[in-house]
This record gives sequence, C-alpha cells and structure tokens, in this order.
Amino acid sequence: MTAATHFRTCPTTGLKIDRSAENLIKANAVVAVVFLLIGGLFGLSIALTRWPAVHLLPADWFYLALTAHGFDVLLAWIIFFEMAVLYFASAILLNSRIAAPRWGWAQFWLMLVGALMTNVAVLQGNSSVMFTSYPPLVAAPHFYLGLVLFAVGALIGCAVFFGTLVVARDEKTYQGSVPLVTFGAITAAIIAVFTLACGAIILIPTFLWSIGIISGVDPLMYKLVWWGMGHSSQQINVAAHVAVWYAIGAMVLGAKPISEKVSRMAFLMYILFLQLASAHHLLVEPGVSSSWKIFNTSYAMYLAVLGSMIHGMTVPGAIEAAQRAKGFNKGLFEWLRKAPWGNPAFAGMFLSLVMFGFLGGISGVVMGTEQINLIIHNTIYVPGHFHATVVAGTTLAFMAITYLLVPLIFRREVMFKKVAQWQPYVFGLGIAGISLFMMGAGTLGVPRRHWDITFADALSQFQFSPAAFLMLALNGLSAIVAAIGGAMYIIVVVCSVFLGRKIGDNEVVQLGPVSGAASAAAVARYGNEGTLKIPGTVVLVAVFFVSFVLYYFVNWKYLAEVWPLK
Amino acid sequence: MSGPQSNEPGQPERTPFFQRVLDNPFLLLFLGVTIPTVVYLIWGIMEIIQIPLASP
Repeated sequence: MTAATHFRTCPTTGLKIDRSAENLIKANAVVAVVFLLIGGLFGLSIALTRWPAVHLLPADWFYLALTAHGFDVLLAWIIFFEMAVLYFASAILLNSRIAAPRWGWAQFWLMLVGALMTNVAVLQGNSSVMFTSYPPLVAAPHFYLGLVLFAVGALIGCAVFFGTLVVARDEKTYQGSVPLVTFGAITAAIIAVFTLACGAIILIPTFLWSIGIISGVDPLMYKLVWWGMGHSSQQINVAAHVAVWYAIGAMVLGAKPISEKVSRMAFLMYILFLQLASAHHLLVEPGVSSSWKIFNTSYAMYLAVLGSMIHGMTVPGAIEAAQRAKGFNKGLFEWLRKAPWGNPAFAGMFLSLVMFGFLGGISGVVMGTEQINLIIHNTIYVPGHFHATVVAGTTLAFMAITYLLVPLIFRREVMFKKVAQWQPYVFGLGIAGISLFMMGAGTLGVPRRHWDITFADALSQFQFSPAAFLMLALNGLSAIVAAIGGAMYIIVVVCSVFLGRKIGDNEVVQLGPVSGAASAAAVARYGNEGTLKIPGTVVLVAVFFVSFVLYYFVNWKYLAEVWPLK
Repeated sequence: MSGPQSNEPGQPERTPFFQRVLDNPFLLLFLGVTIPTVVYLIWGIMEIIQIPLASP
C-alpha cells in the first residue's frame, strides 16, 4: 500500500489522517456507544428500583443489574472510548501512521470478546458479585476471564499508543514537544498501564480460585490490588477527559493553553500521584496502617487534586483568552455569555468542566479525608460522587467530542441538530440531579447497593428519615431525565453515523466560530495563548474556592455532631 | 510553528532539563508505574502480610 492510499488529508484541519487509525477510532467509538446504551438501561433500572415508591426490580435482578451497570459503563463504555481517544491523540494529532495496526485490532477484539464474556456471565445470573466482585463472593469463571481478556486488550492498546509516539518522533511528523492534548493522552495511557496491570494481577488468581485450582483469595489483599484497578480506571478517565476539554476548546474556539508549562505540570501531578487515591477505598480497613492511609490519600492525593484545580483554571482561562482575542471584552463575563452555547461540543465540555469541579471534585476531597470520610463511607454518597466525576465529567466530555468526531472521522453530517443542541443540557441536568440527590441521601445515612431501605421483610428494622425517601425519589426522576438525555445522544450519533449525509472528500466542516486551520493550529501544535488577562476565570475560580472551603468545613461540623466531644 | 525548542540561527538553545523529562514518555511511564507500585501496592501488601494469622 502506498503512502497516498494509507493517508487522507482532512479538508477541514489539513491534518494527515492514517486510515488504519481512523478505522480503529471508528470501531472503538461505535462499540463504546453500544455499551453505553446497555449500561445506561441497567442504570435506569437500578435508580427506579432504589426509588421506594417504584421499586422496579426484584432483589436478584437488582444485583444482577448493578453488576452489569458497573462493568458496562465504568469499564466497557469508558475504556473503549479511551482507546479511540488514544489513537486520535497519537496518530491523528501527530500526523503519523499508527504503529502496528494489527495489534490495534487485537486490542479491539480481545476487549470486545472479554466484555461480551463478562456480560454473558452476569446475564446468566450466577455472577451478581457487583463491579467490585469482592471475595468470598464468587462469580462464574468466565466473568473473571472476560475481565482479564478486556484488561489485556486495553494494555495492548496502550502499547500501540506508545509505539505510535515512537514512530511519530522517529519519522519527525512533529517538531519540539507533543501537543498538550497528546500529553494528556500520554498521562491517561500511563495511568492505564498501572490500572490494567493491577486488574490482571488480581483477577488471574481470582479466576484460578473460581475454577478450584487455588483454595482462596485473601479478601483484604484482593481489595488492595483490585482498587489499584477499580479506582485508577476512573483516573484514566480524569486524564482523558481533561485532554478532551483542551481538545474541544482548541477545536471549537481555537483556544491555546494559557501556559503549556503549567498545564503539563498539572498532568505530571496526575502521573505521579493520582493513582494513590485508590487508598481511600480502604480507609476503614483495620489491616492497613494510618500511615499508609494518610500518606496515600491526605498527602499524595492532594497533590493530584492540585493538578485538577490547575486544569480547572487553565481550561476556562484558555477559552476566556481566546474569546477576548475575538473582541468579547466587555465586563467580566461577555466572553462566557457569547460563547457558542448552541454548539453541543462546547456546551457539553463546559458543563462537564463545571460539574466535575463543583460536584465531583469537592466531594472527592471530602471522601479522601480519613476523618470526614467516615460520615459517608459506604453510603449512597459514594456513587453520588462518582456519578459526578465519571458521568457528569467523563461521559459528558466524551459525548461532547463525539459531535466533532462524527464529521471529522466518520465523515458524516450530524443529524437532528436541535436535538443535539439540547442533549448536553438534558443529560447534564439529569446527571447533576442524580449526583446531588444521591449525595444528599448518603449524608442522611442511606447505604449504597441496598435493594430496599424500607426493610419491608427484614427481621431488624430501621427507619430512615422521610427526607431520605424524598432524595431517592428525586434521584429516580433525575435518572429518567438523564436517560432521556442519553437516548438523545445515542439517537443523534447512531443516525448520523449510519444515515447522515456523507461529507465530500474536499468538503470543509465548520467546527465552531474559528476556521479549521485555526483549530488544527491550536489542537495539534505546541503553543501558549500568551496572555494572563483572564479576570472572569479568576472570579469563577474564587467562587469555586469559597464553595470548596465551606463544604469542607461543613463536613467537619457534621463529624463533630456524629461524635460529640464532652 | 512556535515550538519550545525554537533556536536563534547559529545558536542552538539547550532544551531545559525539566522539559526533556516531560518530553520523554517512557521516563514518565516508569515514574507513573513505579511510584504507585511502591507507595500503594508494595507498602500495602507488606502491611497485610504482617497481620498475624488467627490461631484456632
């Protein structure tokens, strides 16, 4: 195959696009969306079961759905999409051919077979061990085998990504440093290597235990190593969706980072410290010392949080600087008022940024603090927190960039533009409600993973406050709104990809108010915006800090009320 | 393109040490895997294996 047939030139951005990378991006993104649909339906059924007045599923189906929901959305949807992001951020943004495309397909098929195998095991009904699958709960052997295949496939994807970086460097397809979006993808891939290795390390002996070759798996050892995968997999998301925020800001508005050095330092904080936050899942385990807990959470994790707070300033700061350069200089917030709120890529990205920071970020620090974690440990507050990070943060950001990938990679026009415009708002509203109301119910003591808080047929009774029931009802209503937003996304994306108008080989697509060349210059090259005049962002950051400090100390006040000192 | 290594003609500018670190994905990969392996996994495993077994 000649170089000419191997590549096409994007008429919008001028970037050289390796057709093998493009096909891998398409395959991974399509499968990701299918798992989002499956996992989302399971999620809706769970929320409607936890709404006491509806109580949709019987107990055995509730735990089956909870297991499937956890795997399909926390691992399958997210990591398939992240594979697409890795190939995009390496081969496409670096103008390079992809290294070892056959290994790329090995990644895809191993992950797909693994994901299907785990789903089959769950649907057969004898693997309702939930996402964490803690021993001594045991699932069918193919549940673990599927997870191991999935993890190995994703590790191969990371290897192809790193190989592509080497190819691009050796073939000099870029000069100087890689673009910031690619650096964010490198961060995600590094975290993924640790994450997936932890998964393989602990799930292989668990698989051997499930087929009777070894006698048992120590539950605490399992928890320690498993959370190296379970929580770090969500840290891949954080690095990937922050990279996506920068990418969307650059592609829609031509926004360059305020400071490449500062943003890269923030990603470095992730590389060095973010994975240690896994320890907060073991904060109430008596088998590990306070020194281990406090170092891994209260010291190391705060450095990673610092990284997130830096991105929380530099992403909107880059957008403000780009908008001000276009003349939106009136007052503090004209740049924000006149942002392209009707563009679903921008709207989804900005909603993701705000909700990730205010809901997911602040609650995450509260959960990572050993003392105040005890107020909400193992309550429904925990899924409230991670729905703010993984769904409002990652899923919304991935949905947002899909609206750019459909015309650029799938070469199809986005259909149902009005539906697409409303989709991020509907989904964002629903998921904000889910997060807030689950956190509210958790603060009132409602446990997570509990089929029936009315204890209708239990020997021991406990009466939760009426407000807890209200919170769960509002959570159910919010889940319906989020499901509508999710359905809007899937209808728009599936119809566009399969039925949308084909974009011509030389047809230029309008991604936002700037030209495709400006988009490409901002997203695929190293460079700073070159200004620090971002007063609106400074005000937004100040509001965030005040909220953060208030909420943090309110939780210490709660703790003082739980254990009064006399 | 305004790369970080833009040079004056005839005067090659030395890339700062820290930038060379950030430009080396395999060094970052080593750090990003080693630190959590030591601080989270190995430290945690050592503490767990030191828990005395219950006697019957």
